[in-house]
Amino acid sequence: MHTLYPPRQHGVTRVDKPDPSLPKMPDHIHNHDHDHHHDHDHRHDHSHGPAEPHLIGALISARGLTFKRDARVVLQNIDLDLAPGEIVTLIGPNGAGKTTLVRVLLGLEKPGSGEIRRAEELVIGYVPQRFDLDRAIPMTVERFLSLGRRRDRASQQAALVEVGAPDLADRQFTELSGGELQRVLIARALLRNPTLLVLDEPVRGVDYAGEAELYALISRIRAERGVGVLLVSHDLHVVMASSDRVICINRHVCCSGVPETVAQHPEYARLFGPVAARSFALYRHAHDHKHDLAGKPVAVREETRP
Amino acid sequence: MTEPFMMRAMLAGLALALIAAPLGCFVVWRRMAYFGETIAQGGLLGVALGVALSINVTLAVLGVAILLSILLLRLGRQNLVPLDSVLGVLAHATLAIGIVVASLVRGPNVDLMAILFGDIYAVTQTDLQWILACGLGAFVALLWIWRPLLSISVHEDLAGAEGVPVEWTKGVFIIVLAVVVAIAIKIVGALLTIAFLIMPASAARPFSETPEQMAFFATIFATLAVAFGLFVSVSLDAPGGPSIVLVLSAMFAIAMIPVALSRRAG
Repeated sequence: MHTLYPPRQHGVTRVDKPDPSLPKMPDHIHNHDHDHHHDHDHRHDHSHGPAEPHLIGALISARGLTFKRDARVVLQNIDLDLAPGEIVTLIGPNGAGKTTLVRVLLGLEKPGSGEIRRAEELVIGYVPQRFDLDRAIPMTVERFLSLGRRRDRASQQAALVEVGAPDLADRQFTELSGGELQRVLIARALLRNPTLLVLDEPVRGVDYAGEAELYALISRIRAERGVGVLLVSHDLHVVMASSDRVICINRHVCCSGVPETVAQHPEYARLFGPVAARSFALYRHAHDHKHDLAGKPVAVREETRP
Repeated sequence: MTEPFMMRAMLAGLALALIAAPLGCFVVWRRMAYFGETIAQGGLLGVALGVALSINVTLAVLGVAILLSILLLRLGRQNLVPLDSVLGVLAHATLAIGIVVASLVRGPNVDLMAILFGDIYAVTQTDLQWILACGLGAFVALLWIWRPLLSISVHEDLAGAEGVPVEWTKGVFIIVLAVVVAIAIKIVGALLTIAFLIMPASAARPFSETPEQMAFFATIFATLAVAFGLFVSVSLDAPGGPSIVLVLSAMFAIAMIPVALSRRAG
């Protein structure tokens, strides 16, 4: 069986494919300055040259992940690192293998080849993509929260307050709006005291104003708890603005780096078209005027959204 | 109502109600009604084989149910033929084989009507011991996997990511289901077993706010239906199993009236 959460033992690093020659990871590092090697424009070449070593101090570090489904290559030679406190956004068109990559990182699928190293302090709080709870299952928010990890009611309430949903505990799960549902899912993830939050398309079914609020919430959780965040999105402009680093995949890693670099990368323009690249740039402009965004829909926004 | 056969019928029915009702909630939540129906119909084959080979009938039914479950889970992984069609094929294949085998055996122990619709008044002391032992075992196992199984039923990937042993929990659930089907066949028959699982749970749904409430109400409904159904059966001189299912149907109908009349149902 494939366990995600190894027992916490100091000085022990869990490696899917043991390799005694690799260095051990240090203890928990809080590093909010992302001046390590991948902040520059980083074009992965797909030839099988010597792989980069795993990033020391990363919460999770993957090298050469390949995944096939029915002989179709879904993921090819993917490298990915996520440091504590870092927000990494995974973007890519539909069918690019984003969700598959997340499932592999979560340990729900075994990669065909490649290696994933998980730091000993890694605890993942997962917010899955589609969450259509069957109405056949009666479920209150409170009961739903207790399914993840048994916690007392006060902790549950604290988590709901933290995600800005203090009044939802007794509500039926199926009666939640899109935004409320996402907040409850994030609360359940937070109750695990995660060191890494993995959110797959967290703004699905949420309106535009709600999107901005959710991203603000995720940024705030990162700032307050120092958790790493892996965000999956095909919604480019809003996500990218709040990310430290963007990895653009289309089965393989097309390009990665700070948001601005990726937005200007020719691979990115090729994947998403020139309109997306332009709207990203304009979004950054709009993002400088937060009051306008929060208030009435101003002209700037209407022009930027096609 | 104090004659020994009546007491045994009542005890067997109540024991079945206590395990079938909460288990039936999972059958409803996991949309496995047809899955359950298929392995219940396979029970006919189990009974026929048990008599033909002179082995314990409950064990034979259990064996067939588990084999059928494994076969179904395997076939569920392909998508060339949809699962509901696979279920339809297997349910009727086992029913046909069961009837053919039963007709070949032709012993005094093979009463086709009793296998298909149950004969609760024919429950012997030995049967009752089997029912109580298997029922208790299934109940303990269900309590044991309740939380992980509920977590999986709500969202399998989320449960898996949170460390729930998904395949193992589902495996235990299937075995519990097979055990309960095996004991239910003696009481309500191969064709009515699934009704005993899903009717109490379905009737309980409109009154429930949490999964545990639904299991609780389902258990209350099922035990009431056994008591009242046997009373109806004795009063009308009607068969026991179908009488219980009749009462459960009435409960479901009454429970669903407000839902059907409310605007939200539309």
